[in-house]
Amino acid sequence: MAIKLHAPSRRELLLSSGVLFAWTCVPKLALAEGRDPRLLVFILRGALDGLAAVAPVGDPDWIRLRGNQGLSLQGPPAALPLNGFFALNPAMPNLHRMYKAGHATIVHAVSSPYRDRSHFDGQDVLESGLTRPGASESGWLNRALASLVPAGNVNPKGREAFAVGPITPLVVRGAAPVMSWTPPRLPPPTDDMVMRLLDLYRHTDPALAHVLEERRDLAAIAREDGMLQPQRPQPHPPGPPAQQTQMRPPNRPVPGEAQRRYFAESAGAAAKFLARPDGPRIGALSFDGWDTHAAEGATNGRLSQLLGALDGALAAVESGMGPAWNETVVAVMTEFGRTARINGTDGTDHGTATIALLVGGTVRGGRVLADWPGLKESDLRDGRDLKPTTDLRAILKGVLRDHVRVDEKALASTVFPDSAMAKAMGGLVTV
Amino acid sequence: MSANPSLDAALALHRFGFGPRNNAISKLAADPRGALLAELDHPGAALIQDPNLLDTGEIARAVFDFRQERKAVRFAQQADQMMTANANATPPAKPPGPGLPQQIYLAEAKAHFDRALDAETGFVERLVWFWSNHFCVSADKVHPYVGAFEREAIRPHVLGHFADMLLAVESHPAMLLYLDNAHSMGPDSIAGHNQHKGINENLAREIMELHTLGVRTGYSQADVTNFANVISGWSIFPPRDQENGGEFNFNARMHEPGPQTVAGHTYAGMGFDQGAAVLLDLARNPATAKHIATKLARHFVADDPPPQLVEALRASFVKSDGDLRELARTLLLSPEAWAAPRSKLKRPGEWLVATARATGVRSPDVRPLLNAQNMLGEPLWRPPAPKGFDDVNAAWMDGIAQRLEIANQVAHRVSPADDPRALVDTALGPLASAETRQAVARAETRPEAVAMLLMSAEFQRR
Repeated sequence: MAIKLHAPSRRELLLSSGVLFAWTCVPKLALAEGRDPRLLVFILRGALDGLAAVAPVGDPDWIRLRGNQGLSLQGPPAALPLNGFFALNPAMPNLHRMYKAGHATIVHAVSSPYRDRSHFDGQDVLESGLTRPGASESGWLNRALASLVPAGNVNPKGREAFAVGPITPLVVRGAAPVMSWTPPRLPPPTDDMVMRLLDLYRHTDPALAHVLEERRDLAAIAREDGMLQPQRPQPHPPGPPAQQTQMRPPNRPVPGEAQRRYFAESAGAAAKFLARPDGPRIGALSFDGWDTHAAEGATNGRLSQLLGALDGALAAVESGMGPAWNETVVAVMTEFGRTARINGTDGTDHGTATIALLVGGTVRGGRVLADWPGLKESDLRDGRDLKPTTDLRAILKGVLRDHVRVDEKALASTVFPDSAMAKAMGGLVTV
Repeated sequence: MSANPSLDAALALHRFGFGPRNNAISKLAADPRGALLAELDHPGAALIQDPNLLDTGEIARAVFDFRQERKAVRFAQQADQMMTANANATPPAKPPGPGLPQQIYLAEAKAHFDRALDAETGFVERLVWFWSNHFCVSADKVHPYVGAFEREAIRPHVLGHFADMLLAVESHPAMLLYLDNAHSMGPDSIAGHNQHKGINENLAREIMELHTLGVRTGYSQADVTNFANVISGWSIFPPRDQENGGEFNFNARMHEPGPQTVAGHTYAGMGFDQGAAVLLDLARNPATAKHIATKLARHFVADDPPPQLVEALRASFVKSDGDLRELARTLLLSPEAWAAPRSKLKRPGEWLVATARATGVRSPDVRPLLNAQNMLGEPLWRPPAPKGFDDVNAAWMDGIAQRLEIANQVAHRVSPADDPRALVDTALGPLASAETRQAVARAETRPEAVAMLLMSAEFQRR
């Protein structure tokens, strides 16, 4: 019996914005090998501080670089050890568990070929798979799909779902048909966005600044007092930091909770689609909010909340995927990294290299892949950024080739043109 | 007007129109004021001629039939239940989808918004919105008629004469029902005698206080009462009437006979003409000219509008005998209307339309727009009181945080192919401050950049 894909109601589509885009074919080559691979791409927009997510605690220059604001194995809160050299942000217990189980690989000092510092342009390069911004109307994921020979549409009626959809992100735009699905919940305006707007108003319109500030404070008080309804009981994420649950009454929402919920719900829903026998096999989601210029809060603030939300999203994929988790790779990437040092406002500015994650049951994990560039003054790019030593395209090419079975020639020509220097990295997945 | 034509073009679009779209700013730069004036040259510019939209009488009869039918179905189901004596039977399910009144409301709302979204500059449509709010009715009370009211009583006269609009409005079934005149009967009328009922002053009072003279302009309670007597019998045919149901009916049996004195004039006339004569005099009353001039200037220019501008509008209104096209021309030709700082916060509906025009984010379904307007406290055709929605900043400032939610939603639907930095030029052009440009350029994502633009003071104020 053919199960119909959830066709989003018109209203959902019109009102929503966070969107999963997916390809509903089974790649023929992989199928011939008796595999049914799933690939989910997370784009983290805003530039994730890779050093705050995965810290080189074993680097003798680390403490000097970040001081108290850097992760350490001593804490507080204590970073989660990965190997002798790297440690994971304590907000990510699920990723740590997956890493220990051999289902997560961390790539460090990685970057796309983009070397400037504009978000839009950086995202453009990251998603287009080209070497310069504004050069393509299609994304690498779509071109990879277009090169695959499908073993038939997984759902003969699935094409119905292709027609609708609001705006497709660049990474999946292109010739291969994509369907879209919109999660029921919208990403809320981030606290950071409110801060930026407030800052803009302070410079241009004090009256509006005053109103926005007042509203924000009122909202905060309402939140503190649990006045905002409805207050749904939150399922405890596996292994939350113990002190957090102890310190807060059970019904009191933790800061950043809307974001956490949004991440987990959209990722979980995406996974449930990908898990279905008649569901899509390849999808992409994006999560915003990583541009931590001020008060970054790597261990107990904004970034910590974001990483926690990302951790929840990964856990939601794992559980939503069910048995298909064993055929899944979740690839997490961001447009560039951030400055190695903390800036004058306890944040970090736009940088270069950062981390990428490969998570999933089929990932050959438990490894941090890094040709570590070092953190000495002379090691840093322009004296400020972590120097990129791994080309993100090498990772992506490796995953596309070995997991999804994209043809190597297509990878070198249409998917990632001008990437000869970034040879597909082997051994990233168990095949 | 300033020395910078493209600045004037951007101002023209934001202050007098519904905001720029595509390359409107550069298109208008040759002659911004001329472009606005040109919109006034099409006498039927404000009309909506859509064969799918019913007129008020048709609506009344269709809704009557619809309700009868539903009643019959409900009745049959209840009878059915009683026959089967099944106490546990689930209550009959409501038919899915919006009922006929709401379908009509949605179709009217769509026509209303489409006009604003598609307008060249939107000046005429802004006038429609202004007058529609000045002479408001509310969907809370006359749900299916609100759109037809705007089409039938407001739009035909937006570039015509105030006295004609006044007569069309006050004799429109939606207004007669909204302000309770449909059942008002003179105590000495035949119906009043028979039923021992009398007048309802509501409409008479609001005509003088809100629609014409303005509050505290010297009319007395006796004037209100007498005027109510004058318009007693201004009613509608009952909707069950297959021929004329729902249409205006001067019911002589409900009309208070005899002469009445209103604002110092005695009206001997008989029947409907008596009321029409009072309305004409009210339209020509100097207090009305002052009232309208002040409101119009407040709406387009400033909460406390420049006195010279108000005076120019007042004089124009008097001199032209309430020619609303002349009044609009006077507004555009007044230097004060252009020179005033951009202090007015766009009302929610204006801002939503401007947002859709600037970003191109638009859906065939009108409901997202309606929902957004509800959320921002300006539900379409549903003002909190006969006074209409407030037209001063203080009423709308608090909604700015909610606007961020909406800006964020819209921004996520903007095509990623649109560079937000280019969108600044489309939406604001030379009005954009360096700070806003920087905030847009530095935003972390395209959607955030677009949201910053839509939330910027330059885009919020006009």
